[in-house]
Amino acid sequence: MKLGNAKLEEKVVFFFLFLSTLMIVVPVVLVIAVIISRGSSVLNWEFLTAMPRSGMRAGGIFPAIVGTFYLVAGTLIFALPIGIFSAIYLSEYSKRNLLTRIIELAIVNLAGVPSVVYGLFGLGLFVVFLKFGASILAGSLTLAVMVLPVIITASREALQSVPKTFREVSYSLGATKWQTIRHAVLPHALPGILTGAILSLSRAAGETAPILFTVAAFYLPRLPKSVFDQAMALPYHLYVLSTQVPNVRLELQYGTALVLVGLIVGANLIAVVIRSYFRAKKQW
Amino acid sequence: MVDQKIQIKHLDFYYGKFQALKEVNLSIPEREITAIIGPSGCGKSTLLRCLNRMNDLVSGAKVEGEVLIDGEDIYQPSTDLVRLRKKVGMVFQRPNPFPISIFDNIAYGPSIHRFAAKKELPGIVEKSLEAVGLWDALKGRLSEHALALSGEQQQRLCIARLLAVEADILLMDEPCSALDPIATERIEELMRKLQKNYTIVIVTHNMQQAARVSSRVAYFYLGELIEFGSTQRIFTTPLRQETEDYITGRFG
Ligand SMILES: Nc1ncnc2c1ncn2[C@@H]1O[C@H](COP(=O)(O)OP(=O)(O)OP(=O)(O)O)[C@@H](O)[C@H]1O
Ligand SMILES: [Mg+2]
Repeated sequence: MKLGNAKLEEKVVFFFLFLSTLMIVVPVVLVIAVIISRGSSVLNWEFLTAMPRSGMRAGGIFPAIVGTFYLVAGTLIFALPIGIFSAIYLSEYSKRNLLTRIIELAIVNLAGVPSVVYGLFGLGLFVVFLKFGASILAGSLTLAVMVLPVIITASREALQSVPKTFREVSYSLGATKWQTIRHAVLPHALPGILTGAILSLSRAAGETAPILFTVAAFYLPRLPKSVFDQAMALPYHLYVLSTQVPNVRLELQYGTALVLVGLIVGANLIAVVIRSYFRAKKQW
Repeated sequence: MVDQKIQIKHLDFYYGKFQALKEVNLSIPEREITAIIGPSGCGKSTLLRCLNRMNDLVSGAKVEGEVLIDGEDIYQPSTDLVRLRKKVGMVFQRPNPFPISIFDNIAYGPSIHRFAAKKELPGIVEKSLEAVGLWDALKGRLSEHALALSGEQQQRLCIARLLAVEADILLMDEPCSALDPIATERIEELMRKLQKNYTIVIVTHNMQQAARVSSRVAYFYLGELIEFGSTQRIFTTPLRQETEDYITGRFG
């Protein structure tokens, strides 16, 4: 083949690779641009801190923001410790046998279950069977079950990426297994665990289906007083505004979407920053 | 007569079905440097890791025979692994400080074993760094990242880490193989200094190094101890032809 052809081929391949990559970026930019251009006009202090009024056609979205924060916090409280502990068990303690195979299979499948199924599961288990009612508690637990596989997988990968020599050195200095995990492994896996946790929490913040039957209130212009109260939440509020309430100003919907997307993008950015900060520091 | 710090008796070692050490009998004297030499794969590292029971971590590993350290068989069920590994420290082939500060690297052992209160740690760190000849260079930089040190300094730091848990046997598995000749020479100097207080067992592929630092040499081949004796005798009048072939480089 002539050299000229190879050069042309190079250019063509580059062009198509670049085009495919561009196609990932375009929708993201478009979505964010549309939301910002349409929603930013309603975005002000009152919108963020006031109760909704006149059947949600006016006022703010404060309770939905607070509700989402409570749900994310609740998810964190339940999912993070259990996720990290099971990741430690799977990566450091368990032997490769049938039981761990089954556990791994369960985790993979759990990660693939559609979120609406988690909603029904939460309704059945937490709301009805355990009698928590539709509540922040039930909603957080449902979301926690949903993000658990993601947290476990991310934590496990983070633990396994800690070099074996750290463990060997620690043992050779007389540390026990738990001391080794606690002082020579976990600190170095923490950035990875944290990034995974934040990404999964931002997913939890944006989901509608799991909270639909377990916690979300249609219209509740006051703040929840306990974990057994229902709460409004941003994704569900957006859904309600867009489909259930007639004659809502479009700006209100886009404003709500903007706040939700802003929170999630913000959380993801934090995860990216943590990751790159520690990647730059890490030298093994 | 010197005291025998480590006595290995009829030691067989298996990785699953593969026998890596065969009927090894060896006595290692106290406060001397004993070198273990032999071709790749002959079981040098395996032997070393039998002495602090690091081989316990390998699944399928099996040990038969006895290893007495200060007269105690370390393969008894009653052996306190924590105590054993504190006493028998290990320096690895590649310098491997934790990716944390210099201070924390040395404090790691003492804080885990809780034999030192927080306020005693600086003293321990100073003493240990002093003993490996790093104190003057590093005393103002203790909070710096250990991986910023040179390879030689890192290896010294790893030795200091053992002194901090009051080890009295130092197992060194090719400790200089990642270092340049000048750094190697300085580590050897350190070893000679340390032998006044510590029993050192070094694995090395470098015949000159074995000749320079050790007072005894054990030559292994395919898991068997072929010959053991004073360094001088092994290098001048080896009794076995295999040993002579190996040390004169006619091996293979
Ligand atoms: N974890 C293991 N599982 C199975 N076999 C092993 C394991 N580690 C070592 N071996 C085998 O045991 C034998 C001795 O290995 P060892 O590492 O002790 O040799 P060595 O003398 O230290 O070699 P080198 O000079 O290359 O470091 C080798 O044949 C090796 O393949
Ligand atoms: Mg070796």
